[in-house]
Formats: sequence, C-alpha cells, structure tokens
Amino acid sequence: MSKKILATTSLAGCFGCHMSFLDIDERILELIELVEFNKSPIDDIKTFTKECDIGLIEGGCCNSENIEVLKEFRKHCKILVSVGECAIMGGLPALRNGISIKECLEEAYLNGPTVGENTEKIMPNDPELPMLLDKVYPCHEIVKIDYFLPGCAPRADLIWNALVALVTGNELELPYEVVKFD
Amino acid sequence: MKKAEKITFKIDEKTCYAWPGQSIVDAARDNGIYIPSLCHVEGLKPAGSCRICNVTVNGRNMTACTAPVGEGMVVENDTPELNELRKTIVEVLFVSGNHFCPSCEKSGNCELQAVAYRYQMMVPQFPYEFPVKGVDARPDLILHDRNRCIMCKRCVRGIEKDGKAVFSFEGRGGEHLQISMDIDLASQLSEEEAFEAMEICPVGAILKKERGFAIPIGERKFDKAPIGSEIENSVEQD
Repeated sequence: MSKKILATTSLAGCFGCHMSFLDIDERILELIELVEFNKSPIDDIKTFTKECDIGLIEGGCCNSENIEVLKEFRKHCKILVSVGECAIMGGLPALRNGISIKECLEEAYLNGPTVGENTEKIMPNDPELPMLLDKVYPCHEIVKIDYFLPGCAPRADLIWNALVALVTGNELELPYEVVKFD
Repeated sequence: MKKAEKITFKIDEKTCYAWPGQSIVDAARDNGIYIPSLCHVEGLKPAGSCRICNVTVNGRNMTACTAPVGEGMVVENDTPELNELRKTIVEVLFVSGNHFCPSCEKSGNCELQAVAYRYQMMVPQFPYEFPVKGVDARPDLILHDRNRCIMCKRCVRGIEKDGKAVFSFEGRGGEHLQISMDIDLASQLSEEEAFEAMEICPVGAILKKERGFAIPIGERKFDKAPIGSEIENSVEQD
C-alpha cells in the first residue's frame, strides 16, 4: 500500500494541537510508515508540492491569510479534518466575537494596561499584514470540513486513532475518555 | 410501601414501577434507567424547558420531567430517533450561547457538556450565533455569566435567600429574555449558599468565586464515565 500524504497547518491556533499530535510519542515511527508529510510545520514544507489525502487544520479563521490557507488546503486535500476547539468553534480567539475590531485594536495597541510607549498612536498598518476578519470563524463555516476532532487540545490518542482509521479505512474507535472539549 | 401499591409501566421493554404521580424521568431513575435532563432537578417543580428528556408515549413525544407515569404506560426512551433529537437539542444549545469549554471553570463538571459527550456531539450542525451577553460579577461570592446560560430556570426555581428568589426572568416576550440576578440578595449569600447556587446551575453560568479549576483534569465528575452511567449502574432495589 502506498503511503497516504498528510498536510497540517495552524491557522488562528496556538500550536497546542500540533504539540498534542507529537504526544503520540514513539508511535511517530509507525506514523511515518503510514504517511508521508507534505505542507506542514512538522517538516517545514511551506507550499503544497503534491495533492494530499488528508489535511489536518488547527485553529479557526481570524484573518484573510487564514482564509487563503484554508481554501488552499481544501483545494489540495481530499479529506479535511478540523482538529481542536478553535478549528471547530473559533476557540479562545473567538472570545473577541462580541467586541468590535476597533475596540480590540485600541485595547491592544493604545489603551491596554501592558501597552508601553506608543506616543504616535500607531496601530500595525503595513499593507503586507493580513486583514483581521469581523469575527473569528469556525473552519466549517468557510469551507467544507469532512471530520471533526474536539478537544483543547484533542487527546493524542484521539488524533492517532483518527489518523489510523483514515489511513487504513478501519472504523474509528472512540473510547469515552478521548473525546473531550477541553 | 409494597410493590403492589406502585404503578406498573414499561420503558423500552423493561417493566418498571412508579409511585402514583411520579414523573417519568424520576421513575426511570428509580428503575435504573437514565433519561437525559438538564432543566430537571429532583425536588424542584418541573419546568419542561430544555426538552432534552423527550420520550415517546403512544406515538407522541412528551417531556419526561413533566409527564406523570400512568398505569400500563409504554415509554420509548433509548431509540435512535430520540437520541438523534436529543443530540440536535444539545447542538442548538451550544450554538445559541457562548460555550467556550476550554476556558470555563465548569468544564468537566458541566451537564450540558456531559450530555454532548454522551451523545457524541463532535460539532454542532448549526452556525454559531456568538450572541453578545453580559457578565455580572458584583456579588462577593458568586458571578453570573449569561454567555453560558441555557435558560433552564433551575436557578429561578432553586436559589432563594430568606424565602425570596435570587434569580428571575426579565424581558419576557422577545429576544431580550434573560435571567436577571437580584444583586442585593445575591450579595447576602453565605459561602454555603453560594456553593449550592453554583451546584444548581447545570452549566457555568453561576460560579462560586475563587474556586475555579479546584479539581484536576481527569478527576472531574464527567471525565471518566458518561452522565447517567451512575443511574444505569445503580443496583435495582425492588
């Protein structure tokens, strides 16, 4: 059986889901027998060089770059999986969803208690910076997502079980302890 | 009392016994059968507000917390249709509030989350509303976070100070409906009463201050076994 090709990314996430992925520990040796990594922070391939079988998405969409990357993943991956609470429902970044962008930026760069000297009252305005979205969106409200793995971060066993099930085509085992929202 | 004085009825083929007037949900529990409920607490007047305890009797759905058992009644409970309906209700509750489980002190002890685990909700099928709701942290011992409220009315029915309700509905008749807290009464709650207030709330909308994350992950109420398993594992007495 040829290896399945796997891509991963972290959008508006904290890389915690990727860290949890690495918590599969020595099973990573089994994993590289099952899959080949393409675009992913794990191998540092920055652009797709192949069409992929599985894409793992960490984080929701908080800016225009997240949207672009997510659409790119949808284009190049046969199966997309939302990994973790942020990808599934926006997560902690989505706590800003009830607050206007203006208020958020002013708090972060002008008025917040940890803001140091900003006498010129500058907010980041480089045209190369991605634009913030009006709110943080769950990934499945932007593109079609095929599967969802909840958790903050999802337990390593959940990620492992799901990957093995996807690669081998066997049924996914979901013991009670591995599916949690925190 | 002897069994003869109880009513006989059936839940999913199992013969069960109930006291006259007992609700289906309470009787089911006494017979070792779990019917999920969020708004219902034994001892409080039933509200029938969360709808998750829907069961089918005579081809019609009804809330098992408000419907009394009748002699010879045949109740359908653990069916694919009802379980799917319950999962859908949980999904509606999740998208219509702001349920950020990872940052919630109630996580692991939350009944809404526990029911979602039980019915294996991986993602709600509806779009998230992200409604704008307020937090009131003025009382010394408790805080009230409306973002997590599921309008079950357990606090309205169950939290009193000197015989007066601490929480009540306000803004009835429209989208402004919410639970309001009487700040004077809430400020007078004792340590013990504040703890009870937190316990009566099924979610993290009423929290006792300075108690968050007291129990480590892995040892909380619903970390190891699904909600209702304590009922299903209880030994039948008669």
